Amino acid sequence: MIRQVAIIFGCLAVGELIVHFTSVSLPSSIIGMLLLTLLLKIGWIKLAWVKGISDFLVGTLPFYFVPAGVAVILYFDLIASSLLAIVVAAFGSTIIVLIVTGWVHQHLRNINRSSRSKANIN
Amino acid sequence: MNGIFQNELVIVTFTIIIYWLAQKLQVKTGILLLNPILITIIIIISFLMVFNIDYEVYHKGSKYIDFFLKPAVVALGVPLYKQLEVIKKQALSIVISQLIGCVTGIVSVVLIAWLMGASKEIIFSLAPKSVTTPIAIEISRSIGGIAPLTASVVIVVGIFGAVFGYSILKLTGVKNPLSQSLSMGNAAHAIGTSKSMEISPAYGAMSSIGLIVNGIFTAILAPYVLKLMGIWIEF
Repeated sequence: MIRQVAIIFGCLAVGELIVHFTSVSLPSSIIGMLLLTLLLKIGWIKLAWVKGISDFLVGTLPFYFVPAGVAVILYFDLIASSLLAIVVAAFGSTIIVLIVTGWVHQHLRNINRSSRSKANIN
Repeated sequence: MNGIFQNELVIVTFTIIIYWLAQKLQVKTGILLLNPILITIIIIISFLMVFNIDYEVYHKGSKYIDFFLKPAVVALGVPLYKQLEVIKKQALSIVISQLIGCVTGIVSVVLIAWLMGASKEIIFSLAPKSVTTPIAIEISRSIGGIAPLTASVVIVVGIFGAVFGYSILKLTGVKNPLSQSLSMGNAAHAIGTSKSMEISPAYGAMSSIGLIVNGIFTAILAPYVLKLMGIWIEF
């Protein structure tokens, strides 16, 4: 069990060190996540070594951002002063992203498929 | 009330119980709008206001919950590893559509907010809004946004996407189910993914790829996109 904790916190610590010593503007946790994926991929870490702790952490993940959400109480005045801009930008952009991502992916798959079927005919 | 609430363990336990009850409520009713995180945040904020408890007091306990956010994001490396094969198989279409989706998400939200006169802090808080909350919070903190604002917007946007996403996609001619679910993960992150999961595990898996790949892309690209936009726009 302690090995599992060591691996997760080890990856995070490496991320923290990288952020501290370089000018990378990536969150340390993202670096840790990519590092963990890499170590699993090259086989230095076995999936079984981190399965328990990662199932637990990923399964309870939403709970850990409750405090960040509650802290919004500190910014009520600021948010109220640009509420309309926030709402329009957030919803508007979400609709745009949905359509653009879906459309591009669908288009690329169609191109892929038609080039593949052409290759079959040839 | 203020007295007993000074104890860190009481605060942590209180938060856990509220979250647990909110989760039960959603499972029982099945209503997407009753998102357990949203309900928990609303209940705790109302509680603090009604009993006139300072946020600082709550934070004394809640910081121990917040501490687990980083290790939990690291643990997302495991689901990412499990999806690697699927991503590899369709690497080109996934990477290109996610890349375009990611940049579109940042540019559109920044432009709209800027046009409507929002301040720099608010614009930067909105930039990572399509990304899953834990990653969005981390991005917001590293680019100088207001993380709590980011968190709230991300959750609300996710619920909006989960409720209306599939209809919007169908209406605009995105008919391929894989494209739909990938897009849901990209735009509506974890909440959109849980909606896809309801339809089928294959949809859910595709959404979770969208969610995680967009998270990584946004973390890497957001600072540069904002810097580039800063050349033309004065925040």
